[in-house]
Amino acid sequence: MLTYTIRRLVLSIPTLLFISLIIFLLLELAPGDPMAQVPLTVPPEVKQQMREALGLGEPTPIRFGKWMWQFFVVEPMVLVDATFGSDWAAEKQRVISWQTRSPVMEIVIQRMPQTLWVVAMSYVVGVLIALPIGIYSAYRQYSVFDQLGTFVTMVGYSVPPFFSGVLIIVIFSVQLGWLPSIYDTTHQVVDWDSFVIQLKQMVMPVMVLALQTTAQISRFMRASMLDNLNQDYVWTARAKGLSESVVVMIHVLRNSMIPVITVIALGVPQIFGGAIITEQIFKVNGLGQLLITSIQANDLPMVQTVTFMLAVLIVMFNIVADLLYGILDPRIRYD
Amino acid sequence: MKIKSSLFSIVTSLTLASMAMAERGSDGQVNIIYWQAASIMNPYLSGGTKDLEAASLVVEPLARYDETGAMVPWLAEEIPTVENGGVSADLTSITWTLKEGLLWSDGTALTSEDVKFTWEYCTAEGGGCAQNEKYGGIVSVDTPDERTVVVRFAGPKPFPYTAFVGAQAPILQKAQFADCLGSKAPGCTEENFYPIGTGPFVVTDFRPNDVITLAANEHYRDPDKPAFASVVFKGGGDAAAAGRSVLETGEFDYAWNLQLAPDVLANMQAVGKGQIVSGFGTLVERIMVNLSDPSAAHGDRRATVDHPHPFLSDKSVRQALSMAIDRPLLVEIGYGDAGRVTCNVLPAPEIYASSANNACQTQDIAGANALLDQAGWARGADGVRAKEGIRLSILYQTSTNAVRQDFQALIKQWWSEIGVETELRNIDASVFFGGDPGSPDTFQKFFSDIEMYANNFDGTDPEAYMSNWSCAQIPAPENQWQGNNMPRYCNPAYDALVDEMQRTGALEKRAELAKAMNDMLMQDYVMIPLVDRGRVSAHSNSLGGVVLNTWDSELWNAADWHRIK
Amino acid sequence: MTEIGNPQPRTPPRSQWRDVWDQFKHHRGALAGGVLFLLIIAVVYLGPFIWTIDPTFIDIRARNQGPNLTHPFGTDQLGRDTFSRMMAGGQTSIAVGLTAMLLAVGLGGLIGVLAGFFRRLDGALMRLTDLFLSLPLLPLLLVMVMLFRETLSATFGPESGMFLLIVVAIGITSWMPTARIVRGDVLALKEREFILAARSIGTTNFGMITRHILPNILSPIMVSATLGIANAIITESALSFLGLGFPPDFPTWGRLLNDATVYLQDYPERVFWPGLAISLTVLSVNYLGDGLRDALDPRIRGR
Repeated sequence: MLTYTIRRLVLSIPTLLFISLIIFLLLELAPGDPMAQVPLTVPPEVKQQMREALGLGEPTPIRFGKWMWQFFVVEPMVLVDATFGSDWAAEKQRVISWQTRSPVMEIVIQRMPQTLWVVAMSYVVGVLIALPIGIYSAYRQYSVFDQLGTFVTMVGYSVPPFFSGVLIIVIFSVQLGWLPSIYDTTHQVVDWDSFVIQLKQMVMPVMVLALQTTAQISRFMRASMLDNLNQDYVWTARAKGLSESVVVMIHVLRNSMIPVITVIALGVPQIFGGAIITEQIFKVNGLGQLLITSIQANDLPMVQTVTFMLAVLIVMFNIVADLLYGILDPRIRYD
Repeated sequence: MKIKSSLFSIVTSLTLASMAMAERGSDGQVNIIYWQAASIMNPYLSGGTKDLEAASLVVEPLARYDETGAMVPWLAEEIPTVENGGVSADLTSITWTLKEGLLWSDGTALTSEDVKFTWEYCTAEGGGCAQNEKYGGIVSVDTPDERTVVVRFAGPKPFPYTAFVGAQAPILQKAQFADCLGSKAPGCTEENFYPIGTGPFVVTDFRPNDVITLAANEHYRDPDKPAFASVVFKGGGDAAAAGRSVLETGEFDYAWNLQLAPDVLANMQAVGKGQIVSGFGTLVERIMVNLSDPSAAHGDRRATVDHPHPFLSDKSVRQALSMAIDRPLLVEIGYGDAGRVTCNVLPAPEIYASSANNACQTQDIAGANALLDQAGWARGADGVRAKEGIRLSILYQTSTNAVRQDFQALIKQWWSEIGVETELRNIDASVFFGGDPGSPDTFQKFFSDIEMYANNFDGTDPEAYMSNWSCAQIPAPENQWQGNNMPRYCNPAYDALVDEMQRTGALEKRAELAKAMNDMLMQDYVMIPLVDRGRVSAHSNSLGGVVLNTWDSELWNAADWHRIK
Repeated sequence: MTEIGNPQPRTPPRSQWRDVWDQFKHHRGALAGGVLFLLIIAVVYLGPFIWTIDPTFIDIRARNQGPNLTHPFGTDQLGRDTFSRMMAGGQTSIAVGLTAMLLAVGLGGLIGVLAGFFRRLDGALMRLTDLFLSLPLLPLLLVMVMLFRETLSATFGPESGMFLLIVVAIGITSWMPTARIVRGDVLALKEREFILAARSIGTTNFGMITRHILPNILSPIMVSATLGIANAIITESALSFLGLGFPPDFPTWGRLLNDATVYLQDYPERVFWPGLAISLTVLSVNYLGDGLRDALDPRIRGR
């Protein structure tokens, strides 16, 4: 297992380098222009000078090389400097966003708190609700609970956040006036009262996002449990006199987790990708909003950096999922 | 006498002050929401409206435009003119005098050196200054003393009020930006996020593309202003949500640019928490007619002047297309009070507005049909007109935007009534308005028969705007499709007028020329104006002092804003 | 008792598929789902023959109407009949939803099975999956339009060309989760005893996959398929905003829902219809899938 893990980690380096190249080429090829948001009143020659000032005049390989150098060498140096107070990265060019002319990493770090509060929290909530629903729905297949669960999750999944988000804002902010419709990213939690305010501004986006997660994961959980509940080993376990809870929660659940683990692991990197539509609706301005505004503004260094960091997470969590398969089902052997 | 009058003015100002409760910072916090978030506070590095307006709270120009479009002195004592001697008789120099005792927000004095530096900053090589055009034609900026700035031009400049005027060209502090010239400009993150200004507010926390917090400027020139101690400038979301937060939930005090369907806005206002304000500038939603053939059969030379359009080069077809449009209905559906019918591509200011084309205000389907019949375009079996095997079949493109898609659907129906078949296409705004020479879907390449968008010009002088339709401005592969003449209109008579305007100083004469150019474009039907679009914003009932200005930044008078108690 | 003397059965053996069908038709959920699904299809495809108002016809005097006799579902902000738009939109949305889902699940299933079953392919295919998961969606879609729109329109005609582009765009950007899930299940299945047994009697790889692997991974595939339809219908509307979708006057359910969201407070019925239609379609497919899965499971057959 250890050698497998090391092999996968080592292999992931060329994979990621390749992915970063493909992303870069894709962004190069994509139509769009950082000048698209500059008003039409600015004449074309000036726009051309602005493009050149952004370094767009240089050939693609050079720009890719520069990005690699900045991201893999300069940025880690900055991190080291920040941790140990050293002075390695002084005067070196960092990855700079075209839109804001500031280091990309600083904006990413600035966006972390709200992303973690809202998107990560909704994911945790969603998973925690989904697992019991899925297990119980399968155990009591076609019961009222199962039917109701199916109905709610499927309707919840069919109704996209661009609609459900607006709907709950209209209900809870406009009609009832209970919750704020705009998320305050500068809010600091220092005491109980400010924590309550934080909860109030989080609850709507978390609800909307958790509904999607719950719908998806509970369906997979239910289906997988159903597959296993009728297996012979379940009858054997029952015949041995094991209690029903042990049979279901230990034997069946463990064997049913493989697809669920896959889905959960696929979802974690998306937390850091942010939730584009929901963030826009509630003005959470996390990483999702950062990514989409950068794409719209064709802020290539920002898009490249953020997508690449997501790619790292995707690759890592897929390794984690593969390792978990081996733990859940020791028969799975990779070497 | 002098003592008496000054005493009187002190008394009135005191009473006024107590009436408005104006004391610096006494009214707490004001919350502003822009659904497009600001990404930088330096207008020279970003041309985006959202960034210009955010920056206008901090940095200020020598003069700006008020809500009527008139120029008002801001950091300057008065507007220099030929009459008061501020502009030289040969129109080659302009002399500005700074107000006395102006301080930067760090407490140092604003001098003519700062003004000169601003010019150097924007014209420095490799800086990519977005407002470069505003400083075009300047050969030197002289500073004979601390308060005097003399701007010298290479030749006569009939309209010298572009440099240092308006929200696009504010004054930067030399001490702060001295190390940020040219290619070093983008690296100055701290300076670009926290500029030192003369405006009513100072940035205390800048989170790019999210939220900006500002505090009252301790050194602002009017000791009683601003009334608000702090500003929260939030960005993100969409126009509907921004409107809702001001008009329905009351969380914010001011929402910018609410491009929403008129009935949606009216219903929001009916809640009673805020008011809608609107004003008109020069923004015209128009249809551009492609005079070149966009057919893919021409390969590299498609949509260039080499191949004239098979049927749109026929003026009667263009005219019929314009006649079939019911502009009052477009206004009613798309803009309500925030739109006006227009038959001109240059609708304002007043002196430039022509009345020669007003016939377009009423729809004339019968007339359009008669015109096409006359021109020999006969209806075929499918109801689509054709002549010599050429069918009137149009591809109509625009950017993605709910109002534009409604307009497309309406216009398609009217054109079907005159026997013109229309295929609609919408393109993401970041692609459509981007100048990527690799993409076939940009508005410059114009690989369709008709396209629709809105355009305007900065300030009140239309010279640069009207020269957009000269032959030299035609986009083509040779100039990487950079150019503003989308219809590919080329008329020597028009170019002659453009040339004449560049040499004319007298305002009346300039107005006459601009009108003539507008009429020429309109009567050749190379552009079909639809709606004169106003700006719609909203403020809460408790926010006083808002004067919507479409000629400058909307936040131009934020120093006067106060809480109504 | 005479039967014992005659071991030959007089009726032919029941086929497996007949059993499946018997089970399927006694499954209440599946039946309800099936009927509902057929009903939606019938209304959407046959309705326009009875209700003949053109979905793009603008009757400006009749705009913003609530449900009434001339317009049972009301009209939109330009006075277009919502009922006929719902039907026209349904044709596109269902066609796009089903085809794109089939493509995504087909591709995902194939890659997942191959990666899980053949160890040699695993590394390469999973790195490919990682790559596709990492690509930013929006630029990818914009590149696809740029490269293929004109070629496809020229080859297949504007409408089918666009349909193909949309379906492929959705399919190619949503197969990865299915592939990872299927692979995970196949990895576990492959080590089970019955596979070893099947291998020991010389079953070929192809037979192994079709007879033993596929039936056992049907349930996650079914779930992916149901969720995939909802996803495809919504994604289609997002694509049309990028200019990648159908022309802007061409209604689809996703677009109707999106356009109506801003009128949520003023004309709530306008969001209700497309929301209901998408939910009902997804629910019916979900129940169908449940029924099919149960029917194919020999252990619970006949319970």
